[in-house]
Amino acid sequence: MDDAHTLAAEGIVCGYDDEDVLRDVTLDVAQGEFVGLIGPNGSGKSTLLRALTGILPLRSGRVLLNGQPLAHYTRRQIAQKIAVVPQLSGSIFPFTVRDYVMMGRTPYLGRLQFQRPGDGQIAQQAMTLTDVTHLADRPITDLSGGEMQRATIARAVAQQTDVLLLDEPTAFLDLNHQREIFELLKRFNTDQDMTIICVSHDLNLAAQYCPRIVVLKDGVVYDDGPGSQIISEQMVRQVYGAPVQVDIGPGGKPRVSLLPAGLEQGRPQP
Amino acid sequence: MKGRYTVVAAGLTIVLVATVAVSLATGPSPLPAGRAMRILLSPLPGLHGLAPQASEAEQAIVLNIRLPRLILALLVGAALGVAGGVMQGFFQNPMAAPSILGVSAGATLGATAAIMLGLNWWILGVSPVPVAAFLGALLVSVAVYFLSRRGGRTPITLLLLTGIALGSLCSAISSFILVRGQQGDLDLVIFWMMGSLANRGWPEVWMVLPYVVVGSVIVYAYSRDLNALLLGDEQAHHLGIPVERVKLILLVLASLLAAAAVAVTGIIGFVGLVVPHLIRLMVGPDHRILLPLCFLAGGIVLGLSDMVANLAGEIPIGIITSLLGAPFFLYLLHRRREYEF
Repeated sequence: MDDAHTLAAEGIVCGYDDEDVLRDVTLDVAQGEFVGLIGPNGSGKSTLLRALTGILPLRSGRVLLNGQPLAHYTRRQIAQKIAVVPQLSGSIFPFTVRDYVMMGRTPYLGRLQFQRPGDGQIAQQAMTLTDVTHLADRPITDLSGGEMQRATIARAVAQQTDVLLLDEPTAFLDLNHQREIFELLKRFNTDQDMTIICVSHDLNLAAQYCPRIVVLKDGVVYDDGPGSQIISEQMVRQVYGAPVQVDIGPGGKPRVSLLPAGLEQGRPQP
Repeated sequence: MKGRYTVVAAGLTIVLVATVAVSLATGPSPLPAGRAMRILLSPLPGLHGLAPQASEAEQAIVLNIRLPRLILALLVGAALGVAGGVMQGFFQNPMAAPSILGVSAGATLGATAAIMLGLNWWILGVSPVPVAAFLGALLVSVAVYFLSRRGGRTPITLLLLTGIALGSLCSAISSFILVRGQQGDLDLVIFWMMGSLANRGWPEVWMVLPYVVVGSVIVYAYSRDLNALLLGDEQAHHLGIPVERVKLILLVLASLLAAAAVAVTGIIGFVGLVVPHLIRLMVGPDHRILLPLCFLAGGIVLGLSDMVANLAGEIPIGIITSLLGAPFFLYLLHRRREYEF
């Protein structure tokens, strides 16, 4: 077993119906990395998350989890190692936040087991970390977008996995909540050595928080490396087709500004 | 919710005992409820002296006529309640009912065919009508499942729409057989479609019992998986649930439960829809709590409905459940704001 590769994709090809969305993606993510996965709509970001968790069958290549092919694990074993926070989560059924977070313990419970000793405490800690303890008895159907996303992250934390995958966790959140979520991820990453792969549409957030950026374009890895090297005007123009200006923001991280039609030509050259 | 669950469970148990007592006492020749209960318990070992002055006729009425019919009502109601609870969770839709997979339409087609074709083979004392209804219900729900598979997955919307389409097809065939049939058979079919427990006895109880008991127990073992399914297929996957296998198991069990129920009684509406709804309002959506209470409450509702049907001159029980269930359901819809989307 090779611990360096917590989660690795080796030349994977997969997609829906007749179309290949991912065309030969290779990616190694080591224990404790915090990876921002960026790319335009349809570039295959969410599909890559599905492939990494074994939900989408591969047409070619393989995914390795701790050095073993994903196919060697049962769903339950995968769920003990990888937790996923989707873009939108919830249910029209009014589970309380506590019950919802407790569902994170599902992969550890026997068929007729209600809960194990310690499960309540694990859920409680997860709720404290994500600051939803005061919502514990509220139905999830009553939560705001930010509260719901924090509850879902608490559920993922309660799953006690080494790897956390997130699919645009801040897509529907305001600035303050975006910051809260990424601060939380940063803490998980530094304090608990959790491996995080986070899909993001927000290049600035990704640059600010993720030490490593992977760019997907048309189903292949376009570039992969530290944010300061990856995020450039040229990359954004070629991958997203959008005119931007990239300068240095607070903390020395690249800052991306969209250029409106008028400014496109007359912008100062770096 | 956990404390509330105990209160609701205790309350339902008390209502169940009361239902048994009142139901055994009521009928064309009424008895005091206490006397009926003593007769009920007297065959148990050591309790022989409980009903010393009960006549043989009274004993026969309570133990051979009313008791099997009551047990059948409790079992069928429990099956419909649990099947409804599973379907509503499965389809993530509080409007789902056991009939959604075409179980009712398939059963009706089976029963109609058996009655109209004058089938006359009896198996182990069981008439061909329930057997045909059972097979019809199962065949149609299995067909709905397989017609809804796409590349190893069974999307919920597809199941729903396929269920509606196959249901309509079965209804059309049933109607066609009906209009070609004779008047007397027509009456039989129409009464079957309104459901009844009249003249049902121990043979029907033994027929339904294994399905209800085994089905409910296995369903319960999958109640946490069902909770995870309420978050959507993908999230259930991420919580370690083998989604497609669990879906198939739950669909088969819910169909079996509903099919066994309607096979012996005919179509009984609204129990599978209203009971899980009502219980969910009381204890929340956790299926580990919800399903056992649906079992209890479904039985109670059908036990009481059958008593009313019997008292009202043996009118079909489907009329009673819909007559009482529909206005009550409207009231629930009016009161709850979460359906306004």
